[in-house]
Amino acid sequence: MPKEQANWSPYDNNGGSCVAVAGADYCVIAADTRMSTGYNILTRDYSKICKLADKCVMASSGFQADVKALQKHLAARHLIYQHQHNKQMSCPAMAQLLSNTLYYKRFFPYYSFNVLGGLDNEGKGCVFTYDAVGSYEKVGYSCQGSGSTLIMPFLDNQLKSPSPLLLPAQDAVTPLAEAEAIDLIKTVFASASERDIYTGDKLEIVVINADGIRREYMDLRKD
Amino acid sequence: MFRNQYDTDVTTWSPAGRLFQVEYAMEAVKQGSAAIGLRSKTHVVLGCVNKANSELSSHQKKIFKVDDHIGVAIAGLTADGRVLSRYMRNECINYSFTYESPLPVGRLVVQLADKAQVCTQRSWKRPYGVGLLVAGLDESGAHLYYNCPSGNYFEYQAFAIGSRSQAAKTYLERRFESFRDASRDDLVKDALMAIRETLQGETLKSSVCTVAVVGVGEPFHILDQGTVQQMIDAFEIVAEQEGPAAEPDADAGQEASAEPEPEQGAAAGEGVAPMDI
Repeated sequence: MPKEQANWSPYDNNGGSCVAVAGADYCVIAADTRMSTGYNILTRDYSKICKLADKCVMASSGFQADVKALQKHLAARHLIYQHQHNKQMSCPAMAQLLSNTLYYKRFFPYYSFNVLGGLDNEGKGCVFTYDAVGSYEKVGYSCQGSGSTLIMPFLDNQLKSPSPLLLPAQDAVTPLAEAEAIDLIKTVFASASERDIYTGDKLEIVVINADGIRREYMDLRKD
Repeated sequence: MFRNQYDTDVTTWSPAGRLFQVEYAMEAVKQGSAAIGLRSKTHVVLGCVNKANSELSSHQKKIFKVDDHIGVAIAGLTADGRVLSRYMRNECINYSFTYESPLPVGRLVVQLADKAQVCTQRSWKRPYGVGLLVAGLDESGAHLYYNCPSGNYFEYQAFAIGSRSQAAKTYLERRFESFRDASRDDLVKDALMAIRETLQGETLKSSVCTVAVVGVGEPFHILDQGTVQQMIDAFEIVAEQEGPAAEPDADAGQEASAEPEPEQGAAAGEGVAPMDI
């Protein structure tokens, strides 16, 4: 007798794409603002980006209920850290915390695909990319979500450094200027919106640099 | 002599109906260095005297931020105070997480009081040896509470605890009617003056005291030494005239402290039980 399957799933996928690019002294994190379920749109104006610390921002696509729970959990842990250490968490520290938090639920995961972006302790841009259970890596750029298969090859084409074995040693962060990186991201999302039905409506861009954090918006295709 | 017979356990009553262990815990509060609090309609100010054990050591932290809208100043066993602050911080974080809104101060002090009460009714525990001045802001306005080791708590317009706090209390009693509508800066000034009373002649400078403020539009934070010193310098000249006038009052006998709850006089011998109201 074949095994009986559940006809109810605790998860849903609300779609959307997230991208982050690290620069020499800045970091850009972007995500679209469309939230969908199945073939329907729930809202055109939902932010997938969350500020975790002064110099650390996270964008997550996947199941937004789990994303929200994860964000709240990290915010609470950050408060405790601030009480104990009298300072904000650094981006690499938050990156490790996020990884541990995700793995803690290894056997009932947060359905959340995250990119973490910010400035490290020296003010250099850093991006960390995750899977749903906490495996993470520091990279120069990354994308997650429904449009990631369309976006990633293009980012590789534009930003990928030649082999790490090559001399002289190349930095993971892009040599692009801040304005050029933002332009690249706008291009990338415009392209993804063409073919990915779950990406569109509006693009939210967050830029972190020495001056602080600022937000930008751009309209995307609404179909 | 009665005291010695019934004071071994916190779970032993004396024939007069008192728990001596709890009263001894309140003595510990009186031995700690002074902490004061005062509030207006929109702000609450906490201040404390920081005395290092020796010139080589740093002073103990006596004011803790609990949340953006709540802070606490302690007197007594600072270790107990630290642990209770951690408890308060956790409660605030958990409440915020569940209800997405700040924990009302009145709720927090009740939880704190209940926690203290537990230690007065377990044979394997001892009462917390620390008094807490909880300053906070919530929807119903600005609040200042005092939490006892006995598990009692009271709301105050202004209060002082710790050693030589009577001097500060006398000053506050004289001035408390003006606090309600005072400006934030005036409130801080009054706090510094109250601290000065407890120093009994010693010069008031920012290195011996700590001041913290919470108010409408102003999250709880400790004022930095530079700002405090500036405020001290600003009123020092004016205050010098007021200083000598305050001294004689400091020796006045016990009276009720600032409204609304009357404060019990220090138990000298077999007087009214300190936690009785």
